[in-house]
Parts: sequence; structure tokens; C-alpha cells
Amino acid sequence: MSSHSLAQLSNNLLYSAMVVYAAAMYCYAADLAFSARSRPSKTPPDPTPKLVPVPVPVPVGVAVPAGPPERWDERGDRRGEQDAGRPARSDRVGRIAVSLTGLAFVVHAGSVLARGLSAGRPPWGNMFEFSSTGALAVTGVFLVLLARRQDVRYLGVFVILPVLLTLGLAVTVLYTESAQLVPALKSVWLLIHVTAAIIASGIFTIGFSQTICYLVQERRERVPIGERTPSFMDRLPPAATLDRAAYRMHAFAFPLWTFAVIAGAIWAENAWGRYWGWDPKETWAFITWMVYACYLHARATAGWRGRKASYVAMLGYATFLFNYLVVNFVLVGFHTYAGTR
Amino acid sequence: MTQTTMSTAPAPEPEQPGGPGALRPLELARWGWRQLTSMRTALILLFLLTLGAVPGSLVPQTGVDPVRVAQFKQQHPGLTPWYDRLSLYDVYSAPWFAAIYLLLFVSLAGCVIPRARAHGRAMRARPPAVPRNLHRLPASETWTTDRAAPDVIAAARAMLRSRHFRVEISGEGLPVIAVSAEKGYLRETGNLLFHVSLLLLLVAVAIGNLFGFKASVLVVEGGTFSNTVTAYDSFEHGAAFDESRLAPFTITLQDLFVRYQATGDQRGAPREFRAKLAFSSSPDAPTRRYDLQVNHPLVVDGTKVFLLGNGYAPVFTVRDGTGGVVSSGPVPFLPRDRNFGSTGVVKAQGAQPQQLGFEGLFLPSAALSTTRGPVSVFPDLTFPRAVLNAWRGDLGLDTGTPQSIYRLDKRRLTQVAVTGKPLAQALAPGQTMTLPAGQGSITFDGVRRWASLKVARNPGTTPALGSAALALTGLMLSLFVRRRRVWVRAGPDGAGRTLVEVAGLSRLESESSDWLAAEVGEIAAGVRVAAVRVAAPREDED
Ligand code: HEM
Repeated sequence: MSSHSLAQLSNNLLYSAMVVYAAAMYCYAADLAFSARSRPSKTPPDPTPKLVPVPVPVPVGVAVPAGPPERWDERGDRRGEQDAGRPARSDRVGRIAVSLTGLAFVVHAGSVLARGLSAGRPPWGNMFEFSSTGALAVTGVFLVLLARRQDVRYLGVFVILPVLLTLGLAVTVLYTESAQLVPALKSVWLLIHVTAAIIASGIFTIGFSQTICYLVQERRERVPIGERTPSFMDRLPPAATLDRAAYRMHAFAFPLWTFAVIAGAIWAENAWGRYWGWDPKETWAFITWMVYACYLHARATAGWRGRKASYVAMLGYATFLFNYLVVNFVLVGFHTYAGTR
Repeated sequence: MTQTTMSTAPAPEPEQPGGPGALRPLELARWGWRQLTSMRTALILLFLLTLGAVPGSLVPQTGVDPVRVAQFKQQHPGLTPWYDRLSLYDVYSAPWFAAIYLLLFVSLAGCVIPRARAHGRAMRARPPAVPRNLHRLPASETWTTDRAAPDVIAAARAMLRSRHFRVEISGEGLPVIAVSAEKGYLRETGNLLFHVSLLLLLVAVAIGNLFGFKASVLVVEGGTFSNTVTAYDSFEHGAAFDESRLAPFTITLQDLFVRYQATGDQRGAPREFRAKLAFSSSPDAPTRRYDLQVNHPLVVDGTKVFLLGNGYAPVFTVRDGTGGVVSSGPVPFLPRDRNFGSTGVVKAQGAQPQQLGFEGLFLPSAALSTTRGPVSVFPDLTFPRAVLNAWRGDLGLDTGTPQSIYRLDKRRLTQVAVTGKPLAQALAPGQTMTLPAGQGSITFDGVRRWASLKVARNPGTTPALGSAALALTGLMLSLFVRRRRVWVRAGPDGAGRTLVEVAGLSRLESESSDWLAAEVGEIAAGVRVAAVRVAAPREDED
């Protein structure tokens, strides 16, 4: 196949993937809406009453004073009751949503692959390709979580929505014809750098979605259980669980981001003779890194845990978006990444 | 309840209700130090450093793009004095920026040292005594067995050791016997390693800034330069740099190969640069060759040579009124746009009766635009033209003040004109522009390319990479290793059997304790199975 028809194939596959994504998102939304009071839970409530920890005064140290002990009992009664009357239909919708996500991923991966073959190089040489591959990474991370039997199906809408938005942006504003790389971008370290950055941003994206869910849920939980208006938020895990899940994502993505920054520095050293030059792109990668470091710190600082730390995590994601959208187009730098003009 | 502190961090700072006002100087200093090294201050300083990095990405920086700084200053004359006062054109070397990161690193040192000491003690300490109420811990299991307590504990000890726990037996010889175990010290080790590596990284950066140098040079095809300060167009070095230690190499640019995208919507985008170099590492060393490319620097004795940019150097021959050649050779022109429309000047200082200067454009693929006049439409050489005008008078080169080689100082020059109109002509290679009244002529002989090279030595690079690698290792240990304690206790249950309790406690309040429950479950199962095996011979005797 010629390079041109491969690029054409890639575009067609991308549009198809977007359609499947949209269908998947619709199913996730239906899953949340129809089963607002009937949550299928993969972690059954603990049968052994002695495991329910009475708040033990466990001093956990000074740098890290003990947080409030985990309230398993709460999770137990919310989910336990809900499990009782679970209709089969909602679960079917959920399963369809997951299958559609898998299908969209395969089609999308095909598009990215065809694009790479058409250009004869890894498919992240310009903003269009970076966006498409980055969105693929988000779906990929989400599928890995699902495959590891983690109870994250509730996140579906909040994951597929940013994926679709990114792809929408990619095919409209950012679209660039398939072409070879400018010489500065031909480097193994660039490949490593971008791969790590793409995967890390995929994980950060999911962590960001979980953080938002946490903030909404936390506010909701301040209302006593009996007085809450029913909402799809009932389908989501309790705030404490969401907070921990978000932390896990961030704690996993942070070292990867660190590695991406280091690989980028190695590349810069090879290309321009300095490993760090404070060009706007580098500066914002550093800022993102620092804000996420602040988040990890905040979680260990008295008075910052919970909501405040979550705001810091959201700020971290905002700086990442700024780097991706604003820096590439508005602030010029060495990293002439934005494709043509 | 028994002491179950899991932290290796220093003891809590007692609150100082009176605040600093009521304290004597020494106490005040201590109070200040404690404040500086607290987590809260660290967090604030981290935020400040982040915030401090922002303006440098919004305001042009001298270290990144001096040309844009000059333009910005011209456009914003009102702002400039303020920006200068706040070092906003050099944020990353500004005193206030340095103050933030130095404070942060002082805080870091003040935080890491006591924690390292405490961690050292914890590593040598024995696993802690058994809490009284094991079943209250986040993960626990209890069962009864016929095996004797010492056998159960021996099995548990072996089991825990094989899982790399540190173990300690208590109550030996007593009816109730227990084993305490602890694992995951690498978490705190990793955290300390990470923070110390950040300090090392700062040192590495400082080494590079002190001992390193960077220089740039523009070489035309066929040109040669040696690694000496005077050979460079610009040369920057650190305070502790020693000129006599410059490696004595020489480099000749033999040929520069450039290829551009010829079709599509990225037409004109560069695809390949390759500079063929001949170099010798010292005057007596043999000449070697190297294909210099972007991303593939040449390394000579620890000094690196990078290919940064390229351009055109049209070759001109200037003759004066006497007909003698007063200037000849390639003249580098500076590219002004993506298609390498370039500007430059030719100076003929020795021309008689008056000095001559030429100013003009070089267009590798010339075309006439109705709005912008002559422009270049493609970066490669498809239709090269030099568009020149001429000046005569005093070039100002004898005044002693240094002058740009890319600009004419026109204060004492008059433009050459024909019948009142300035003389201007577009020359193809081989063509000559003759000045009126026998003042001389200029011939456009042909074109060569030039390469701009960066030559740099940064002795901090390897240490910086090493510290970064250490930091990453420490970070991963710190985030992924789980510190936990496990206890196994066995004793009479009051009904003739042995009651066995297994329980675990983890430090990570950020994580769910599912994994801890799973691990405690595995250990409990292992102890059951192993205890049967250990006890088996005795069972036979019964
Ligand atoms: C250059 C500045 C600093 C950076 C980039 C930084 C970064 C980090 C990061 C990313 C973590 C998370 C890894 C982990 O949980 O182990 C962390 C943890 C930690 N940092 Fe820092 N840090 C800095 C300065 C400091 C300072 C000045 C202090 C002391 C006041 C400090 C004390 C701690 C402590 C105690 C933890 C452990 C928190 C926990 O156990 O979860 N750090 N730091």
C-alpha cells in the first residue's frame, strides 16, 4: 500500500474509532443512569465482622500523622444493600460498554499503526499524531485497569469523554498530513521521551477523572445518607476509595513523568548541547512535575490531605494541558512540534 | 496499646504556643530552623519555585532567545526598566529565583539529615513488640490447632524469613510465644535517596555552570577553525573555567548536505542536515572524518560539537575604480524566513578612491511577490539570486569600535545612484553589477553553504545524569515499596488447643489495605501448612 493510501486508511479508522467511542460512552452513561440504585460490586462486602476495624489509634509517624482510619463499615452498608436488587440489564449495558471500548481501542490502534507505517516512523511527530496516540494511551490504561479486575467501570464516561474531545481536536484543529520528521526529531531518546510522556499523561488523565469524581462524591457525602437525593453518583465508590484510587494513579504516573523529563533532557543534550535550557516546553514540563510533587507532598502534610491535595492534583493536570495546547501554539520554543506553521 | 509507630521520621515538633516573640535568640534560631524544615514550609517553597518558573516561559529570556528579548524591549519600552529590575529577562539566574531554590534545598537538607539518622536507628532496631489486641489490626486471622505453640512460631519464623521479613521472637520458654516481623525499609531509604539525589543534582548543575563553556561558530564550506577562544563568534564560560585546558582540536567543514521536503503541506520542512567534517584532536594527530548530524554530536576529548543551523554564503568578487580585486570570497548571509530569504552585506575596505559597501538579499529560490517584492519560495537552491544595492564613502571600520559583519554603518556612506535612483540589481551566478562613473563592480560568483556549530563542554552533565537516575530509583522505591509489620502469636486457648493469631499493619494510609489482608492471608495459610510439616514427627510419637 502506498504511503498516501495508508494515511487515508488511518484517517478512516480514526473516524470509525470515534463513532465506536461515542457508542461506548453512551453505554457507560446508561450504565450509570439506569443502575443508580443497583450497584454491582466486584468486591463483596466483607463477611467476617471482626475485620471491620474499629478505629485503632495507630500512630503512623510524624511526617505522616495517621489519617482517619478507613471506614469499611460505610462501604459495607451502602454497597451491601444495593447489591440485593441488582437487575441483570444494567450489568449487560456495562459489559457492552466495555466491549465497545475494547473494539474502539483496536480500531484506534489500527489507525495509529497505519499512520506510523505511512510516515515510516513512530506516529508522534506532530501535534495531530501526538494527540491521537495520547488518546489511545488513555484508553489503553483504562483497559488495563479493567483487565486487572479493578472496579473502574464507573469511570467510563469520564475517560471516554476526554478521549473523544482530544480526537475531535486532533482531526479538526491539529490535523497535519503524514510526513517525515524534521532532523531534530529523529532520535531514539525522543522516541523514549515521547512514549513515556504519552503513557504518563494517559495515566494522569485517568487520575484526573478520579480526582473530580472524588471531589464531587466528597461533597455529596457531607449530606447524611438518608437525606441525599438519588443520583448516578450513588453508583460510584465512596469518596475515600476514589481518593485512594486517584492517588495510586498519580503515584504511578509521577515516576514515569520524571523518566520522560530525564529522557527529554538526554535528547536535548544530544541535539542542542544542553540538557536543560528553560525553553517554554521544558519549563512547563518542569512546572507540571513540580505541581505533582507538591500534590504528593501535600498528601503527607497535615491540613492538606483530601480536598486541598486534590485541588493541587487538578492544578497539575491543568499545567499539563497548558503545555500541550497553549505552549505549542502560543509560546514559541525549540520544540517546533506543532507540525507546519 | 503497644507502641506501633511506623515512622522513621523525627519526633513530633512540640507546638510552641507562645510563638517566637517570647523566646531568646538561640531558641528563636531553633524555632526558625524548625519552621524552615517543616513539611508545611517545604510545600510552600515547592509552590513558590513552581510559580517562579512561570514568568520565564511568558517573557522572552536572554538565555533562550536574545533576539526576541531585544524585539520585546523595543516594543515595550515602558515595561523594560521594571522587568530589568526584577530580572524578568533572566528569570532562571535571577537572585530571587536562586533565593527560593536555595531556601528549598536548605530546608531539604535540614529535613533529610534527621530523617536519615532516625532511619539508620530504625534499621538497626528490632521489629517491635506484639500489640495486645492483634485482631483489631487492619488485617488479621485467628484459628486453633493441635500443634504446640513453639512449633507454630518456628514455622512462622521460617516462613517470614523466606519472605524477607526481619524477625524477632519474644516470649521464648513462656506459654505464649510470638514472632514480630517487619519489611519494606527500602521505602524510607528510597525516599531519602530521592531527596539526597536532588541535592546532588543541584551540585552537578553548579559544577557545569562553574567549569563549563559553550561557544558558537559559523563555518562556511571549506572553512576551518580551532578550539580557541578567539576562533569563536561567541564564547561563554563559567567562573572557574580554565582557558589553557581547551582541547587543542581543529575542525574543517568539507561539505554540508541539506534536504527539504519537496511536496505536500509540509513542503520546505527540513528533512536532513549532514555536515562532513575533517578533524584532528591535536596539531600532531592524524586527520579523521565525521558525519555531523543533528542529534549526533562529535565528541573530541570530552568537548562536544553540535550542528545547530545552516545558511547560505554567496561568493562575491569586488573590484574598485582601479580595476583591482579588493574583496573576494564567500560572505555568510543570515536567513530571515523559512525559505531562507537571507540578508547580508559585503564590505570592501581597501577600495579606491572610496570604500565600497553592498547590502542585499540572497534568495535561494527567487520569485517576485506583488506585495513583498523579491522573495524566496523554497529553502533549497533552485533559482538563486542576489539582490544588491551599493554604498560608497567611509565604512567606519577604522574607528576601532567593533562592528557587526552583517550590517553597514551608514553614517558616513552615500548610496550609489544612477540618474537619481538608487542602484539595485538582481544577479544570477556569474553576473556582475557595475557601478556608474567607474567606481567599481561586484560579481556574484556562486554560492556555498555555511553551518552554525555549537561547541560545548559541560563537566556537570554526567553527574547530573547520575543524580537523576538515582533520584528516579529512589522515587520508585519510595512510591512502590510498602512498609509493613506482621505478627504471629501462639498460646493456649484455654481448652487444650493452641490459639494462633496472625495480624498485619501497614504504614500506607493512602492505600487500601486489601493487599495487606491478602498478604496476611497468605502468611496465615503458609504457617498452617508449614506447622503441620514441622510438627509431623512429634504427632507420630503421640
Ligand atoms: C527539591 C524539593 C523537593 C522535591 C522535588 C520533593 C519531592 C517529593 C516527592 C515527589 C515525594 C513523594 C515521594 C514519596 O512519597 O516518597 C516526596 C516525599 C517526601 N518529602 Fe519531599 N521534596 C522536596 C523537598 C522536601 C523537603 C524540603 C522536605 C522536608 C521538609 C521533604 C520531605 C518529604 C517527606 C517527609 C516525604 C515523604 C512523604 C510520605 O511519606 O509520603 N521534601 N518529596
